[in-house]
Amino acid sequence: MSEMEKARRSVDFADKPLCLSGRGVTKVFGIGDKKTVAVDHVDFDFHEGEFVSIVGESGSGKTTLSKMLLGLLGQSEGQILFQGKPRDISSGRKKKEYWKGIQAIFQDPFSSFNTFQKVDAVLLDCINMRGGKGLSKQDKYDMMTEACNFVNLKFAELTNKYPFELSGGQMQRLMIARIFLLKPKILLADEPTSMVDACSRATILDMLLNLRDETGMTVIFITHDIGLAYYISDTVYIMEHGKFVEYGKADEVILQPKAPYTKRLISDVPKIHEEWDLSTVDLLKTE
Amino acid sequence: MKNTIRQVFHSPKFVAGFAIFVAILLVMFIYPLINPGNPLEQIGVGTFAKPGTYISLYDAAKTNTQTLRLPEAADNRIAARLSMDDRVEMINWFGTMNISVEGLDINDTDALIELWNQNYDPSARPEGMTSAKINYYKRLNNSIAELSASDTISIADYDEEGNLAVTKTISDTDYVNTKDVANVKTLPLGTDNFGRDVLKELVSATGTSIRIGLIAGIVATLIGLTFGLLAGYLGGVVDDIIMFVTNIFTVIPSFVLLILITYSLGQEQRGAAIVAIVIGLTSWTWTARSVRSQVISLRNRDHVNLSKLSGHSLIRIVVMDILPYIASYVVMAFILQVSSGILAEAQLSLLGLGPKTTQVPTLGLMMNWAMLYSAHTNGSWWAYFPVILVITLISFSLNLMNTGLDQVFNPTLRD
Amino acid sequence: MGKVMLEVRNLKTKYVTRFHEDVYAVDGVSFTIEEGKSLGIAGESGCGKSTLALSMMGYYFPPLHYMSGDIIIDGRNISGLDPDVVRKSILGSEIAYIPQAAMNALNPTQKIIKFITDVLRAHDPKKDKKEIRDMAEARFAELGLPKETLEKHAVELSGGMKQRTVIAVSTILNPKVLIADEPSSALDVTSQKMVIKMMRELMEKGYIKSMLFITHELPLLYNVTDDIMVMYAGQIVEKGTAKEMVFDPVHPYSHGLMGSILVPEEGTRGQKLGAIPGAPPNLKKPPDGCRFAERCKYACPECRYASIPEKPFGEGRMYRCLKGVDELKEVYSGE
Repeated sequence: MSEMEKARRSVDFADKPLCLSGRGVTKVFGIGDKKTVAVDHVDFDFHEGEFVSIVGESGSGKTTLSKMLLGLLGQSEGQILFQGKPRDISSGRKKKEYWKGIQAIFQDPFSSFNTFQKVDAVLLDCINMRGGKGLSKQDKYDMMTEACNFVNLKFAELTNKYPFELSGGQMQRLMIARIFLLKPKILLADEPTSMVDACSRATILDMLLNLRDETGMTVIFITHDIGLAYYISDTVYIMEHGKFVEYGKADEVILQPKAPYTKRLISDVPKIHEEWDLSTVDLLKTE
Repeated sequence: MKNTIRQVFHSPKFVAGFAIFVAILLVMFIYPLINPGNPLEQIGVGTFAKPGTYISLYDAAKTNTQTLRLPEAADNRIAARLSMDDRVEMINWFGTMNISVEGLDINDTDALIELWNQNYDPSARPEGMTSAKINYYKRLNNSIAELSASDTISIADYDEEGNLAVTKTISDTDYVNTKDVANVKTLPLGTDNFGRDVLKELVSATGTSIRIGLIAGIVATLIGLTFGLLAGYLGGVVDDIIMFVTNIFTVIPSFVLLILITYSLGQEQRGAAIVAIVIGLTSWTWTARSVRSQVISLRNRDHVNLSKLSGHSLIRIVVMDILPYIASYVVMAFILQVSSGILAEAQLSLLGLGPKTTQVPTLGLMMNWAMLYSAHTNGSWWAYFPVILVITLISFSLNLMNTGLDQVFNPTLRD
Repeated sequence: MGKVMLEVRNLKTKYVTRFHEDVYAVDGVSFTIEEGKSLGIAGESGCGKSTLALSMMGYYFPPLHYMSGDIIIDGRNISGLDPDVVRKSILGSEIAYIPQAAMNALNPTQKIIKFITDVLRAHDPKKDKKEIRDMAEARFAELGLPKETLEKHAVELSGGMKQRTVIAVSTILNPKVLIADEPSSALDVTSQKMVIKMMRELMEKGYIKSMLFITHELPLLYNVTDDIMVMYAGQIVEKGTAKEMVFDPVHPYSHGLMGSILVPEEGTRGQKLGAIPGAPPNLKKPPDGCRFAERCKYACPECRYASIPEKPFGEGRMYRCLKGVDELKEVYSGE
C-alpha cells in the first residue's frame, strides 16, 4: 500500500462539512395497484471531498436515486439538502443554479454526446457555463487544452472531430475533461466504466481519483460492481430494493459485511484469491 | 453529415428518384424560357386539336413556290385523304357485286382505286341496297375521281374594279418551304377543350402542382413536427391534449375533411395556395405521431440529460439535441407529404373542388377539364394521358427517393 | 491427454462493410479443446472474440465471410460445408451457441416446451410428444430447473431463469461443443452464479463434451474455465491455464489486462491498476509486425515490422511477442 493511499484512507470524512444529504428520500412510480416504490425512505450524508459508492444490482433503485440527486426527477417524499440547506429546484433558474454545483457522467459514452456537435463545442459550452463567455479565444483554447491534458487527450488532435470518431474510453475521458472545466461541488458518476474496456477502465478510475484529489469535489459513484466500489471509494452504500441495507467505510463494509444481502453479494462475485463457492447457490430457487 | 449525404447518393433507388424529379424540375424551368407566354391563352377555336405541326394556309398560299416532281406525291395525297371508312365501304361494294378481292391490301391505295375504276358501275342497283347507300357510293366515286384528278387550284381576288380575277394558280407540283412560311406552329400535345396548348399548360400545371405539394408538405410537416416535439418532449398533460387532438384527426378520414373544408370555402376563395394549406392542415397527424414516438425514445438519452444539466433552455435542447436526431425521419416524412399533397390536389380537382379554374392550371384541373369535355370518350388522349403520366412520374420519383433514404437510415431494410 | 473435441486451425474470417472494405476480424487463430475441458477467451471489445465464436459454427451469413482455415469437431471438418447442411446437422447436435442476448431470443408467444419440441423434431421429425416431454422433464430436473417452467412463456421468467432455460434448450441434443459468448454479462451476480453452476453441471454430467467461454470479465473466466486465451486485434496473443494466465501472464497485453482485475478482496484496494493507453488498431489495415506494438510500453523498433510467430513455452503455453519470457518477467518484476 502506497503512502498516498494510506493517507487517503486515514481521512475521516465524518468531520468534513456536509455536501449532499437526504432524509427519508422516496420515489414512487405509478398510482393505485401499479404503484412501485423505487426508492424507499433513504437517508444519506455525503461529505465534501468524499468518494462515495452506491452499490446495487439492477432494479435496486440506484439509477432512480441518482436522477433524484441530480434534480432530473423530483422526489415523492423526503428532503434533499445541498450544503446543509434544503435544495430548491422549483424553477428553471434555481435548477440552473443547482446544476452549477452538481454534474454527472453517465454510463453510456456513446449516448452521452450529441453526435451532431463537435468535440470543441462540448468543451466550449462548459467554459461558457462557468461564465467564461467573455474570455479571449486564446484563453478558451488554453483552458480546453488544459482540461484535455488532464485526461491524457491531445486537444489539438480533437478539434473538429465528432465524438463518434473517438473510442468509448476516449469519450468517457472527454466527459471527465468536461467535469474538470465545470468544477462542480459534486460529481455523480453513474456506472461510467461499465461500457468501456478493462484497460481503459483503470485509466478512467485513476482520473476520477485525481479529479477528486485536485478539486476536492465529492464524487458519488454508482455501480453494480462491488470489487470496483471497494477499489475506488472511501464510503460504500449498499442498496437493495430501494433501501440502503448497509453503509460505512469501504474496508468495513466489504471485508466485514454485516447485512445478509451484502454478504451474499460479496460471496457471489467471482474472485481470484479466494475460492468462488458455487455451492452457495441453489439452482432450484427460482429467484 | 457529409458522410450521410454520400451514403444517400450511393443508394441507387434514391439516385434514380432524384434524377427523375430533377429532370421534371428542369423541364419546368427551361420550357417556359423556350416557349414563353400565358399558359392559359386560348390559341385555338374549337376543342381538342390533334398533336402535330400546323402550317398557316393563308401564309402558305402567299409564299413563293418551288416545283417538285415527286413520283409518289399523288398517291400520298389520295392515300392521306381516302379515309379508312371509305376503303372499307369500297371493299363492301366489291363484296355485294361478287368481285374477287383476293390478294388486295386495303392499304394499297393504287390497287384499290384501280379495281374500283374498273368495276364501279353507277347504274348498278344491287338487291337490298338502300337508295341512300347507292347515293353514298356515287358520291364516293365522285370524290375518288376528284382525288385522282390533278387540276390546279385557282386563287381569285377582287381587282380594283371589284371583279374577281385569278391572281394565283396552285398546281399539284407546287411546294413551299416551311421556312418561308411565316407561321408554322408545332403543338406536340395538341390543344385542350379550350383551345390551349396542352404542353405549355402541362408544364405550368406541373409547376403549380409541385408548389401545392411543397406548401402542403411544409404546412403538414411543420404542424406535425411542432406537435410531435412538444408532445414527446414535454409529456404529461401537454402530451395528452396533443394526442387527443391528433387522434381525433386520425379517426376522421382526412379526405372527407378535405372535401368538406374546400367545399365550405366556396369557389371564389379557393386559390392554389389556399387549397395547398388546407391539404397540409388535414395531413399532419402521421408526422406528429411518428415524431412523438421518436422524441420519447430520445428524451431519456444521456446527452439530453447532460444538456439539461448544462442549463440549456428547452428550445435549445429541442432544436440542438433532439431535432438533428429525427431530421432524417422528418425529411422522409416531408417527401411523402409532398407526394401525397400533389395527389390530394389532383383528387380534389377531379371532384371539381380544386383551385379556381380561371387563374392557374394544375394537374388535377387539367384532368377535370378533360373529363368534363369527354376527352376520354372522344379519343383525345393528349388532353389527359400526359397529365396522368406526369402525376405518376412525380409520385414515383418522390417515393423512390423516400425508399432510398429509408434504406440508408434504417440499415436493417437493406437487402 | 484426452480426445480432441474441437480443433481450429489457422482460421481466418472477415467482415465486408457497406463500402466494400474488408475487416479482418479473425486473422489466423488456432487452438484445440480436449474432451471435458473448457477454454476461455478474454479480450477487449472489438478484438474479434465474438466473431471467432460466430465463425466457429461454420454458418456464415453476410457481412461475415469465411476466408480460410479448418474447424474440426470430433474428427469432422465442418469448415467447407454447405450452410444448409451446417444448419441441419451441425448446429444443436454438434455445436450449441449461446449469445449474450440469448434470453431475448425466445418467442414470447410460445411455451418453453415448444422450443424443445422444435429442436428435437428438427433432428428427428417422428419423435413422439410423450417422449419429448419425458426427455425435457428429466433434463430440466437434472439441471435444477423446475418442470413447471416447461409450461411457461418466456415473459413469465426472470432474466436469469430465461438464460438458464435457453442453455437447457440448446444443449438438449448433447452437443460436443458449447460456445457461450458472454452468457451471464447482462445478469445480476447471483443469477450469473446460477448460470455458471448449471454450465458446470452440464460438463460434469457429460451432456456437453467441451466448452468455449467468451467474456471480458476476467475473474469470472478464471473461475469457470480450465484454460484461457487472450485475444488481441484478431489474433491470439497468449494461451495458458487459468491460474498461469491470471497470476503469471507473459505477453505485455495480458499483463496489462490481468493487472486491471478488480475483486472485493483484501489487498486489492490501493493497488496500481494496469492501464493500457491507446486504442486497438484498425482491422481494415492491420499493422505489420506486432499488432500491440503501438500501445506497448516495452516495444522496440523491430516490433513494428518483424513478423511475430506464436512461440510455445512452458507446459503447453504459447505467446506472441518478440521478447523472451525471462526478459519480460524481469521487466515486470522491476516495476
